[in-house]
Amino acid sequence: MTSAVVRKPTFARGLHPADRKHFTAAAAIEVLPTPQEVLIPLLQHLGAPCEPAVKPRTEVALGDVVGEATKFVSAPVHASVSGTTRRLSVATLPNGRHVSAVPIKAAEEQLLAGRDLFADMFGGEWPTDGMDHYEPQQIADAARGAGLVGLGGAAFPTHVKLTRNEEKPIRTLLINGCECEPYLTADYRLMVEAPSPIVVGALLAARATGAEEVIVCVEDNKPEAVEALRRATQQTGVEVRELKTKYPQGGEKQLVLAVCGAEVPTGGLPLDIGVVVLNVGTSAALARAVLRGKPLTHRILSVSGSGIRQPKNLLAAIGVSYRALIDYCGGLTPDAARVVAGGPMMGFTLGSLDVPVTKGTSGLTVLTRDDVRKAAETTCLRCGRCVDVCPVNLVATKIALASQAGDLDLAERYHITACMECGCCAYVCPASVPLVQLIRQGKVSLQKARGS
Amino acid sequence: MAESGLPQENGNDGAVAQAAPPIHVAPAPHIAEQAFTTRRMMADVVIGLVPVVAMAVAIFHWYAVVQVGLCILSCLAAEVLFTWMRRKPVSVTDGSAVVTGVILGLSLPWSAPWYIAVIGSTVAIGLGKAVFGGLGCNIFNPAMVGRAFIMLSFARELGASAYVVTQSRLDIVTQATPLTIAKKFAADLAAGKVVAGDIQLQFESARQLWPLFLGQVNGSLGETSALAVLIGGTYLCLRRSASWEIPAGVVLSSFLLAGVGNWLGLTPFTALHHLVGGSLLFGAFFIATDPVTSPLTPKGKFLFGLGVGCLVILIRLFSGYPEGVMFAVLLMNAVVPLLNRWTIPRPVGGPTPASA
Repeated sequence: MTSAVVRKPTFARGLHPADRKHFTAAAAIEVLPTPQEVLIPLLQHLGAPCEPAVKPRTEVALGDVVGEATKFVSAPVHASVSGTTRRLSVATLPNGRHVSAVPIKAAEEQLLAGRDLFADMFGGEWPTDGMDHYEPQQIADAARGAGLVGLGGAAFPTHVKLTRNEEKPIRTLLINGCECEPYLTADYRLMVEAPSPIVVGALLAARATGAEEVIVCVEDNKPEAVEALRRATQQTGVEVRELKTKYPQGGEKQLVLAVCGAEVPTGGLPLDIGVVVLNVGTSAALARAVLRGKPLTHRILSVSGSGIRQPKNLLAAIGVSYRALIDYCGGLTPDAARVVAGGPMMGFTLGSLDVPVTKGTSGLTVLTRDDVRKAAETTCLRCGRCVDVCPVNLVATKIALASQAGDLDLAERYHITACMECGCCAYVCPASVPLVQLIRQGKVSLQKARGS
Repeated sequence: MAESGLPQENGNDGAVAQAAPPIHVAPAPHIAEQAFTTRRMMADVVIGLVPVVAMAVAIFHWYAVVQVGLCILSCLAAEVLFTWMRRKPVSVTDGSAVVTGVILGLSLPWSAPWYIAVIGSTVAIGLGKAVFGGLGCNIFNPAMVGRAFIMLSFARELGASAYVVTQSRLDIVTQATPLTIAKKFAADLAAGKVVAGDIQLQFESARQLWPLFLGQVNGSLGETSALAVLIGGTYLCLRRSASWEIPAGVVLSSFLLAGVGNWLGLTPFTALHHLVGGSLLFGAFFIATDPVTSPLTPKGKFLFGLGVGCLVILIRLFSGYPEGVMFAVLLMNAVVPLLNRWTIPRPVGGPTPASA
């Protein structure tokens, strides 16, 4: 029986932080002027690092491969500007990891810049028919060649998801436009301004994986995006579905649970239950890679928060420094306290602004002292609010305290490895216990203990 | 929060306004629900107790004011004393001592002498909380530890007879508490005595449901009015400062068990009398819901509530005490670690391989 009001799909527990997207929700995507120099890390994804493919002081053009992927779970990296390479250097990523990186000094003349770049990436015709002309493997190969990784943040190499596996047939393809992190609006602006490449990318991914069902999933706080996508998906067989707005709806496992009603096994991937999830940005990049043969060199990101003078949505070259982004957005306000790569729930704070933007950078959130103010930490009251909000149904406080005490067996009994670090528990904790941090430490200790 | 190596002070000299902002490195999440803190939780309990205190004052007049006030002050003093002895930072501002004080005060008879309130409060904070390491570390509900101590030490001052004074300006206190009357009535019946006269009359008056619900009966200061407890308790549960699973469990199991007891003739009171009489509801909403000494998971909380409810009725029916909330809560506090272990929720996606 269908009721008059169809209940929007969602998942159990989770929370509703203020979405604070008003800073940049209405700001059209601007193209960041070509930076003077970019630093291209050779590891921007989950998996094996790339091998450098160019020598120092070599002329490279926009889109040339500068790092070659030698393993299957890896993705090549490309020059995001035309210019001259310099000696191999080291980049510190926001998560603190040091990786080799290729610096490129930009040339005066650029192949593409400004609105031309935007038009080349997202403009023009995006035919929604004729996907059958492409062999599935051809699409996966194009994704690999273009260095595509998940642009939602996890940066898992896309071709791995698109490569067919006889043992694990794919039935459903979900295009993730939830963007549940507060502040971030990069995916939202893409959905509003360029829905067509997203839809074409979805059709290509469906062709590659053999998925019969393609659903673009958007939270119901983005009606404009839903409308734009509905227009773009007409007569394509792609469905647009509105989901209840709740954090972390954009989490892959929460999305699969909400839309397909099936749980992704702990420690497994959506692949295991016949589902592939792609971020909307990844989908658009796939369309560009297959139809136009262009690699992933730029990405859309939000620079937002009350700590930045002019919040914007930017189309920026991968490898540009966070400092350049902040400069372009008018600089930090005097009360800026934390510069976060990504959103405030799961993002990493930067200790230095000279960190390059990578493929997985969904935004830059600058928080002020007021934003990050927290009550002083007290002892856990065992109130259980962390249990009430955990989307994975874990007992966060037990895991955290077991980790702190070094009782790894207890932490394991409470399923520490199932934690995805979404931050819901620490967000609600009335005692301000740094639950996620303690759980992370526990995971590291566990890995060390079990690895040896 | 570690300071980064960047310059800390913002030069704020216009030209390089963004050159030197203070940037902190800290783990995610970077935002928090700022309005909900430990203090706020404690404040919620006090707010929830306002109708209960108001009703206590309406019924017992200044006896209630003195008793509750004395307990609050003693608890605060004990908190200061014990944190000072342990060389710990001052924790008196977290509000937990006030909550303990109010609850202990409300659980005492109007007639208890001043030193009982003071000793009870000191034991509640000292033995109930400080020896375990302070707020969050205690196993047993501090207020109930304090109350159990004075109840066992001063049996006369806290026994059933302490509630009754035949000559008083307060009409209510010339009668025994409803549960005591019911107990005596049942005992007389069981002993085969001819129940008549005074006790028969008292029982007839004690079984009036409406005064029992409103609180126009004798009893501990905060327990008499089911109405006031329900109002405050509903507020607490709506604020999620108390978990509704606990009172739900208490009410369900006590109602069922009391119904069975009444049907078997073990108690002359019906299930409804047992529910609104005595401190069952006060205990269900304000004592058993102490987060520190109750389980973590929703399922564990419900089981905990069921256990408290069952024990209360068992004590009321089979022990020498007319009331059993205090012992029921303390006994269930002891099994909380077990309940937590038995109710580890199944993670979405199934258990992790290592723990399976």
